[in-house]
Amino acid sequence: MPTYRFFVNGEHVAVDVAADTPLLWVLRDHLGITGPKYGCGVGVCKACTSHMDGAAVTPCTVPVSQCQGRKITTIEGLADGDDLHPVQEAWITDDVAQCGFCQPGQIMAAAALLKKTKTPTDAEIDAIENVCRCGTYCRIRDAIKRAAAAM
Amino acid sequence: MAGAGDQINRADPPTDRKRGIGRRRFLTFAIAAPTLAVGGYVGYDATDAQALPSLPQPADLLDLGDVITLASRPTAWTMALRVEEDGTVVFELPRAESGQGITTAVAMLIAEELDAKLSDVRVELADATPSLLWNQFTGGSTSMRTLWEPVRQIAAAARGRLVTAAAKRWGVEASVLVTRDSAVVAADGRTLTFAELAVEAATTTSAPVTALPKDAKNYKLVGQPTGRVDARDIVTGKAKYTMDVEVEGALATVVARPPTIRGTVVSVDDTAARAMRGVVAVTRIDTGVAVSATSFDIALKARDALKITWKDGPAVGLSDSTIKNKLRSAVAPLVVPGLLSSALDAEFDFAFVPHAPMEVLGAVADVRSDRAEVWFPCQSPIVAQNEIARAVGLPVDQVTVHVSRAGGSFGRRLFWDPALEAAVVSKKIGKPVRLMWTRADDTKHGRLRPASHHKIRATHMLGDVQAFEHRMAAVETDLEHGFGEIISASGAAVSGPADGSLFFQLSATCPYNFGVVTQLLSEVPMPLPTGSWRSVYSANLRTAEEIVVDELAAKLGRDPVKFRTQMLKSARVKAVLAKVAAEGQWGKAMPAGHAQGVGVHEEYRSATACLVEIDARDPKAPRVTRATIAVDVGLPVNPTGLKAQMMGGLMDAISTILQAGVHIDDGRVRESSYGDFQYARQKHAPIKLDVFVMPPSGRPGGAGELGVPAAAAAVANAYARATRTRPRSFPINF
Ligand code: FES
Ligand code: FES
Repeated sequence: MPTYRFFVNGEHVAVDVAADTPLLWVLRDHLGITGPKYGCGVGVCKACTSHMDGAAVTPCTVPVSQCQGRKITTIEGLADGDDLHPVQEAWITDDVAQCGFCQPGQIMAAAALLKKTKTPTDAEIDAIENVCRCGTYCRIRDAIKRAAAAM
Repeated sequence: MAGAGDQINRADPPTDRKRGIGRRRFLTFAIAAPTLAVGGYVGYDATDAQALPSLPQPADLLDLGDVITLASRPTAWTMALRVEEDGTVVFELPRAESGQGITTAVAMLIAEELDAKLSDVRVELADATPSLLWNQFTGGSTSMRTLWEPVRQIAAAARGRLVTAAAKRWGVEASVLVTRDSAVVAADGRTLTFAELAVEAATTTSAPVTALPKDAKNYKLVGQPTGRVDARDIVTGKAKYTMDVEVEGALATVVARPPTIRGTVVSVDDTAARAMRGVVAVTRIDTGVAVSATSFDIALKARDALKITWKDGPAVGLSDSTIKNKLRSAVAPLVVPGLLSSALDAEFDFAFVPHAPMEVLGAVADVRSDRAEVWFPCQSPIVAQNEIARAVGLPVDQVTVHVSRAGGSFGRRLFWDPALEAAVVSKKIGKPVRLMWTRADDTKHGRLRPASHHKIRATHMLGDVQAFEHRMAAVETDLEHGFGEIISASGAAVSGPADGSLFFQLSATCPYNFGVVTQLLSEVPMPLPTGSWRSVYSANLRTAEEIVVDELAAKLGRDPVKFRTQMLKSARVKAVLAKVAAEGQWGKAMPAGHAQGVGVHEEYRSATACLVEIDARDPKAPRVTRATIAVDVGLPVNPTGLKAQMMGGLMDAISTILQAGVHIDDGRVRESSYGDFQYARQKHAPIKLDVFVMPPSGRPGGAGELGVPAAAAAVANAYARATRTRPRSFPINF
């Protein structure tokens, strides 16, 4: 089996797995990083959303072979130590979460959006496709705007 | 093993995880004695006799929540609160936390009564505890209704012990001492923290000071908007769900399931699967073929390599159209003759809806020859524990059920099917497993809100409604999660079997003075997996009625809000309706293709109204652009959590009325994920939402399911007005 080397949350990792192994299971089962959640495994729910070189990806549809040398950030790596990312702060202030299961993915999607644009429009926020089965969407919108203002 | 179990609900470091071992602490028990005021509230406004009064309906007098409260009361005193030596107040909550925020609300009650800092209170989910009997059941929006009295009493008793211990230490009268910020404070300013008093309070023999819960006017925390106690854990990814639990050696397990609902295995060729590196076991179980491997990527691959011959399930031959016909022919006949001039008739159909919680079903199980340990999110852990014990052939007291936090439920986790599967596989292979359903498993084999058909006739004369008949037929709802046992345990004098009809009687009400009101349910058994779905019968029942109310108003030339105001029985519902009408600017001019719509609902001893604005210029892609909700739950313990529940109810309403449901094709569910089960996304949520929490008016009512029916009705009514159509089948775009 080939060895794939890349970075997760700033740390160098090496895994021996089949080339088509989805990054989600590499993170969760091989590396014990459980922040990214399984919600569908086929790229539609976005619960697993994480960053690859700063852009949002769904690790359930990214084969590990595409990760060679790349920088992966999961929800666990978003904060700077104890200093939360402004999106996480906003999420707490607006008390966004209900069951919380979709929220790592929502936060990573929002953080990626704010990296692309400082002042996201409602249309850009609407384009986030992450499912929240608890229906926290209005608070998500508020929190994204709050984080944008804080950044 | 015990340490691993504790990881689920706590964020503290591993060293602190051993529950109570090596620590002294005190336990306090309070006996909850008050009698429940059954029937104390009937929703009448005696000053308004304009409309034809209707007799009280069964659920006005004794509702489902009363029954569950009665059933839970005998063991309310066995709930345990403890103060640890570091001052942490720990309460083991015998309820599920699936996002409804009950752990936060209960922590608030405890902090309030103890005058403890909220951050010093830790609410954990209790393991299945058979001695709690029916006080460990989460459903019917009853958690706050059932816990409100006993939790405050237990906390007040604990405060009494702490104050007594401080009085003894200082040699002063307990009555001169006060409590604040997790400490007892003397008149001269001396303080003793709860941490300093924990051990003495546990051992003191002197009679504690009287421990009555606070008067509501002295509340500092209860009623204040408060963020989730676990918010930081959630936003940092630390919150642990079942599949995140670390149980050493637990094998990733998935199940190959049949193409048809409840199909069965005829034969399986697992040669290729077994040959794959990392595959440990292939096990036949009742529901399919389980593959256990060292990680989920391998288990999933191996599952796809199985060659299985399936026998069709019992629902083959059933499709949406055949089901609809069965339901249509099952509705009870209407009684009042439909004279053309004075009757308004309408029929409605609602599709099946899966619960589809964001966290797919799953369980971790470690079954040994002499004991078993299982971790999963569960609303009815005591029943589950019994069923698991039976399935693995162990005495109940050798089976430990740890209730983990749930990534959503909506009623789905009243059932324990994944835990049974995990336990059986673990027993068969002699190794711990973590068994996960895939999203497709969940969509195709999960439980469903039953499809229903409704026939309504409203008979009116001279502007009054003389009779309102509602006949509902629904695929039978599976209530085998302890509903019957709760009914018996409650001692409630109910007649007939504890089935859907009884549940219906205990929950269905019509909030209007519509003369003779009859609501009847006919349940049709079908070999399909069903289950209570947030608000159970009420979402469809009340949506259909509220649509008819709008159509009646139109027929009588009345404004929908004014008509409702005149016909509503209760002042509370009138007040929430007035609130949304004012705040949501009811009646304002709307551009073509846009419209407003309203709906009201009263249940769980709570009331709500919802007003939405919809943009239906494209009737195939409508969007609710604005929503205004008012809610009266008697006593809002945490207005922030309450608003979140109402927002969630609104999103369920938007989804199920406009776009989200599943089809049954010849005994199979057609959809397979959120790709085709169209639960709302951000682009379907209103840009503007305002939720108004009405001032306290009594005891806490239920909130978790309250939001769905009124919002569903409002969305349907807005769509009808915007498109000038009469929607009869839901979801509308399906
Ligand atoms: S699990 Fe990755 S998108 Fe759903
Ligand atoms: S918070 Fe539960 S799914 Fe989003």
